[in-house]
Amino acid sequence: MSKVVHSVKDALDGVNDNMTILLGGFGLCGIAENLIVGLRDSGVRGLTCVSNNAGVDEFGLGLLLQTRQIKKMMSSYVGENAIFERQFLSGELDLEFVPQGTLAERLRAGGAGIPAFFTPTGVGTQIAEGKEIRTFGNRQYVMEMGITGDFALVKAWKADTFGNLVYRKTSRNFNPMVATAGKITVVEVEEIVPLGELDPDQIHTPGVYVQRILKSPKLEKRIENRTIRKA
Amino acid sequence: MPLTKEQIARRIAREIQSGFCVNLGIGIPTLVANYIPDSLGVMLQSENGLLGLGPFPLESEIDPDLINAGKQTVTAVKGASFFSSADSFAMIRGGHIDLTVLGAMQVDREGSIANWMIPGKMVKGMGGAMDLVAGARRVIVAMQHTDKDGVPKLVNKCTLPLTGVGCIDRVVSDYGVFDVVRGSHFRLLEWAPDLSPEAVVRATGAEVEIAKGAKAMDV
Repeated sequence: MSKVVHSVKDALDGVNDNMTILLGGFGLCGIAENLIVGLRDSGVRGLTCVSNNAGVDEFGLGLLLQTRQIKKMMSSYVGENAIFERQFLSGELDLEFVPQGTLAERLRAGGAGIPAFFTPTGVGTQIAEGKEIRTFGNRQYVMEMGITGDFALVKAWKADTFGNLVYRKTSRNFNPMVATAGKITVVEVEEIVPLGELDPDQIHTPGVYVQRILKSPKLEKRIENRTIRKA
Repeated sequence: MPLTKEQIARRIAREIQSGFCVNLGIGIPTLVANYIPDSLGVMLQSENGLLGLGPFPLESEIDPDLINAGKQTVTAVKGASFFSSADSFAMIRGGHIDLTVLGAMQVDREGSIANWMIPGKMVKGMGGAMDLVAGARRVIVAMQHTDKDGVPKLVNKCTLPLTGVGCIDRVVSDYGVFDVVRGSHFRLLEWAPDLSPEAVVRATGAEVEIAKGAKAMDV
């Protein structure tokens, strides 16, 4: 059975209201932009989205905030999104702030069958309130839970038809952990290559984690802060 | 005159030793990179998954897949590596980053820092700051000495939501260089040359001891 699908609609088949969706990306870098548009167009509502950021107002996850399809976000930083701040402060949107490293590790743990772990990050802050604290050696650690999702939406550079993935530069970010933590992991890629073309030594995500592969119909790869130096 | 942002950055760059791996936060900390001598062989870490951060790209080099934690387009130096966010924070939390420099809204004499939230007002999130202050081997704060209303940011006890407890080693502000004597007070090591040490103490909202051998900063 081929994992390759030929439309965004097929890629997202089975996404329903109130599901938890895990998304790769850091800012707008390495986001599954076509799958996010597809989520919006599907009209599903009440989503819990786990993503480091929330896009900008009119691109990335910001699109789903505009249409109020997101009930809850789990993120480390949402400062680039004015709609987000407004919806949160008015109480329309639920938000769980998760320190960035804790978010990465919670996804890694979720995908690796680890229900919870202890980290020093956030001890003594409001992030640790109500959570179990343990002392190891002379230091305190807070227990954090692994995260899994109904769907994981991943952006990679190349996939082979088994779903082995290679990412490019800093667009890797959260994508490898997200890929492991979805019941159904959908990846959009710039290029699908035949089996054998990717060097097994250079694969970042083994294909076992991937259920569906879509070649991006088009990619904008929008840049958030275009910064250059003069020659 | 207090120090300029560039002078704060230049002073902090002197804390960086040969072979260090350093994570620089957004704002004044970013400027520190401009003053690190190439001869030190320092590798800059960007928590979105790059060790070996280079200068901003030429127009012709811009690559949307290559950004820093401030979402700016950047380049990678020779010897750089790319990795996932989990690997990035394993590096940070695991104590493999020698130094991090970050901004703050408040720092107190416990060495605690607040820099991610103003309740009911500013909701942006902590990003990687909580992990960085918990994990980096040395944590230096770069900041203005007072907020825009003139309220001191070095305090006896932080009133804003904390980013980390007992984690700050040193603060470099536009007024001077302070060590945190955790649980007790701040120790003034150097002051901005146009100010007096007494003026710096007066402008600080916490107990400050003027260190033996304290001096005007050489900037």
